[in-house]
Amino acid sequence: MRAVRYFAGAVLVFAALACVFTSFIAPADYATQFREAPSAAPSRHHLLGTDDLGRDSFSRLLYGTRVSLLLAPAAALISTLLAALVGGIAGYVGGVTRKVAMAVTDLFLSMPWLFLLIIVRAMLPLNVSPGTSVAVTFLLLGLLGWAASARVVAAEVQAIRGSDFMLQAKASGISSWRLLARHIPPNLRPVLFAQFWISIPVFILSEANLGILGLGVAEPLPSWGSLLRELESFVSFGDQPWRFVPLLLLILVVSSFQVFLSREEVQA
Amino acid sequence: MSRKAIVSAFLLLALLLPTAVLAQSQGGELRFCLRAEPKTFNPLLVEDEASETVRYLTGGVLVRVNRDTQALQPELATSWKVSKDGRTITFKLREKIFFSDGTPFTAGDVVSTVTQMMDAATHSPTGDSFRSGTGATIAKAVSPSEVTITFAAPVAGLDRLFDQVAIMSASSPKKEMAVLGPFYVADHKPGSYVLLKRNPNYWKKDAAGHALPYLNAIRMDIQANRDIEALRFRRAEIDLINTLDTDFYDRLAAAGSSSVHDAGASLDSEQMWFNQVPNAPIDAYKLDWFRSAAFRRAVSEAINREDLCRVVFNSHARPAIGLMSPANKFWFNAKLKPIPYSPDAALRRLESDGFKLQNGVLRDRAGHPVEFSIVTNSGNKARERMAAMIQQDLAKIGMKVNVVTLDFPSLIERITEKFNYEAAMLGLVNTDLDPNAQMNVWLSSAENHQWNPKQKTPATAWEAEIDKLMQAQAAALDPARRKAGFDRVQEIVYEQAPFIYLVNKNALSAVSPSLTGARPVVLRPQTYWNVEQLALKQDVIKERQ
Amino acid sequence: MWVSRLARHLAAMIAVIVLGGLLAATMVRLAPGFDVDESQLDPRLSPETVAAMKAEKAGQRNIAHFYARFLGRALRGDLGESQTLKQPVRQLITERLPATARLAGAGLLAAWILAFGMAVTAAMTRSRSLDLTTTVLSGAFLCVPAAVLGLLTIIARSPAFLAIACVIFPKLFRYCRNLLTDSYEKPHVIMARAKGLSGTRVLVWHVLPACARPMFALAGVSVSLALGACIPVEALCGIPGIGQLAWQAAIGRDLPLLVTLTVLVTVITLAANSSSDMASQALRAEGR
Repeated sequence: MRAVRYFAGAVLVFAALACVFTSFIAPADYATQFREAPSAAPSRHHLLGTDDLGRDSFSRLLYGTRVSLLLAPAAALISTLLAALVGGIAGYVGGVTRKVAMAVTDLFLSMPWLFLLIIVRAMLPLNVSPGTSVAVTFLLLGLLGWAASARVVAAEVQAIRGSDFMLQAKASGISSWRLLARHIPPNLRPVLFAQFWISIPVFILSEANLGILGLGVAEPLPSWGSLLRELESFVSFGDQPWRFVPLLLLILVVSSFQVFLSREEVQA
Repeated sequence: MSRKAIVSAFLLLALLLPTAVLAQSQGGELRFCLRAEPKTFNPLLVEDEASETVRYLTGGVLVRVNRDTQALQPELATSWKVSKDGRTITFKLREKIFFSDGTPFTAGDVVSTVTQMMDAATHSPTGDSFRSGTGATIAKAVSPSEVTITFAAPVAGLDRLFDQVAIMSASSPKKEMAVLGPFYVADHKPGSYVLLKRNPNYWKKDAAGHALPYLNAIRMDIQANRDIEALRFRRAEIDLINTLDTDFYDRLAAAGSSSVHDAGASLDSEQMWFNQVPNAPIDAYKLDWFRSAAFRRAVSEAINREDLCRVVFNSHARPAIGLMSPANKFWFNAKLKPIPYSPDAALRRLESDGFKLQNGVLRDRAGHPVEFSIVTNSGNKARERMAAMIQQDLAKIGMKVNVVTLDFPSLIERITEKFNYEAAMLGLVNTDLDPNAQMNVWLSSAENHQWNPKQKTPATAWEAEIDKLMQAQAAALDPARRKAGFDRVQEIVYEQAPFIYLVNKNALSAVSPSLTGARPVVLRPQTYWNVEQLALKQDVIKERQ
Repeated sequence: MWVSRLARHLAAMIAVIVLGGLLAATMVRLAPGFDVDESQLDPRLSPETVAAMKAEKAGQRNIAHFYARFLGRALRGDLGESQTLKQPVRQLITERLPATARLAGAGLLAAWILAFGMAVTAAMTRSRSLDLTTTVLSGAFLCVPAAVLGLLTIIARSPAFLAIACVIFPKLFRYCRNLLTDSYEKPHVIMARAKGLSGTRVLVWHVLPACARPMFALAGVSVSLALGACIPVEALCGIPGIGQLAWQAAIGRDLPLLVTLTVLVTVITLAANSSSDMASQALRAEGR
């Protein structure tokens, strides 16, 4: 199993290096269109072939890594922290606070946020840079994606609050704030790590779906989500199997994340 | 055997064979997909594509434009005559015809349909095509089989417009569900499918005297996703795809399918335009750029249309020249030359207008870098790809283009009400050959004069000239005079480039080999325009039972 | 005593539902594209026809008025008429709810069986290789877009609820696995295992009760996840359910339909989460 852990670590290191040294590794700019060879198969010139407009797929994958693998974990962190905050306070304080917080959470889960996103797009200037657009998108995803987890966190905090060791701790005179700050978070690790890990691919995919509203990456900037969205056309025909490489890489990176994180979990 | 006998034998065989063949392929259920839910079954209120499909298949019309020959042929009317002033049309109707529920068809039905259609309170989109002036329309039944309709003002191409008017019964209790067409609506499960069944009272017969249509039923599933539509076609679950995307055309063709058809250039065009509305909420200096014809023409020259056709449409499209597609043989101004791709010529034009290219960035007189956004609707892959290619093309002359894909309602609001956009790209679907159908685009006071709609007075001299020309050709009845006027309009649009026309797409469709009689054409509906002549092969009919 | 508690609880729920409807209505009204109609781009139509098509929305400009009228009519059972589909909203919903209920219900059940089964196996056997396999498997399904999953079910001619299950189960699995693994490391569980109790007994009597509360909360939340997954899957697989209806309503800015659907989803979410709360409380009362 150690070998697996080292492999996972290596994958993550490679991904990080790809993010940092993209301009050195990428054979072409992500926007250059080699118009004589659209949808080309992998070759010496284009390691992963080209996309519909003749852009080098390998370069686009690298640049997309930079966008998605930096911003998606950041957004996942925001949503996890919000879930911890709302769920933690709700579960710990209990009573009316909990009821109100849970009502807000339920509303968050039921609202058609599509329209809020459309409103945000309308408020952004048309000529916003692709980087700003995608950063705003991930920020919104983080701010809207905490509700499901908050409920589980609240339940977990409630369970901890009534558990034996907490009663003991309280009986021995430790203040509430100390309990909240020092003793509860470690026990929330399983739930929070699950939320963080799930959110990364979910946000990467959601960012691409928001492209239909004008949010997310704008042409010609690529992101993993937009690369995966292209898959829809190739699933039924199956005639360009190399197009599935971004999906395999994402699965590899996401699994490596988990293998790495879980080890940390156990040690803690 | 004597020669006479041999000839007689041949003749007999020739007569019997079609009958034998036809007798085999009666019946069966045709299946294809609708891309959206039909909004109405009332033929007068039809505006969306799905409802129009149902109307085409169920409605009986007085005259029909043959989608193949483009000639006008008699349907429920055996003959017709348009008066010299273009205001009155007289139809002689076929006799002994019944609606699908048995109600007899008389002139009174035509009168009631036309009266309802032209009634302002109905708000009939079909009626709008006839409204060339204000005033009442008078429809009279001269006899049970003769109708005279007089319009308030002359209507150009009056007879051809009746291709859209499906006659409804004035007396049937079923109202619009009683039809004269080859099929009637038998079942409708919202969100799922629409089922049409053979009209037992349909009056048409084929050459051998058999009752048409050959098909027993048509089942149209509502499927918006094109990947799934293509998949179902490959699995032979559906028999045709009326408008096929380029991607699927090539793949189906590569899969060895003889079922894909490219009927050539269609009437549709893809175009982009710049916002020229005077008080638009955009930077004033940008508005100045957009109002300069030199700027617009330079952009047009810097776009590589050949590449667009080749890369985005895999050569199933042609570079657009002007506002009419060359497929519209009569009305297209053949003197217009294709716009050459020349970034150098574009730069020269821009320089003459005060722009300068410095360090790869184009700047205007005041030093502002040329940067603007193109908005288009999301969900149309071809358009998104074209926008990305135009972005690259214009980058070569130092312009920075941002592509913004929006959902359709937001887009419509920006381009028709708020005018908070800089450039937009959309397509125009032309169902009609006659330029009168585009009146609302070319009149400066009209709503669809997209770059600067609803002007109180024409903002420029050339727009004023277009107004005069369009109104003159609408009032004229002589086709040659109309063409001369409209040719000049096309020249002005070519020179001023308020719309930058990009490509004319080809009409692509897919028809299963089990469906006989289909002849895909350019005019809509491309594949089932002759639905009554379509027949399924016997083995497919048996399979589906 | 408990009657007054129930009454207060219900009153709170109703307040949340009404508030939810108002929030949704406001968001839809404020989003750009509310007042426009696709027909405005059709050059064949006259200005009067277009004005008539837009007039239908005129009565909804003032959102407070609209909502007050909507609530008033709703109390009498009339939920208004859908503008995009030209049918009574109530009829639309009653026609389509069963399809979604079947789809979401079956998908949810399949997802839970799969997620829980895999998590329990991985946690109980404490096999690192099994853990790795399940991680990669669930990660794979998490990374595949829902649209692609839907397409795959159609290609494989499988029932659509499998697509829903594949979308949800990775999320459930991750939570279940983390919660179970954590429970297995709790002191009282370690003691129970040291005492030599069988795996099943340890699982049922010690591990599961320890993580019961968050599991119940997860169950409540999974209903929301299932409903969310229904939207793309129904649209793709052509199932005439609530999800497909919601998508059409959103594109057409169909206010009465959108508000009714939001209220419906809020009711379902509240019901699911309240049930899970009550189940946790009952268990706690019993356990202690």
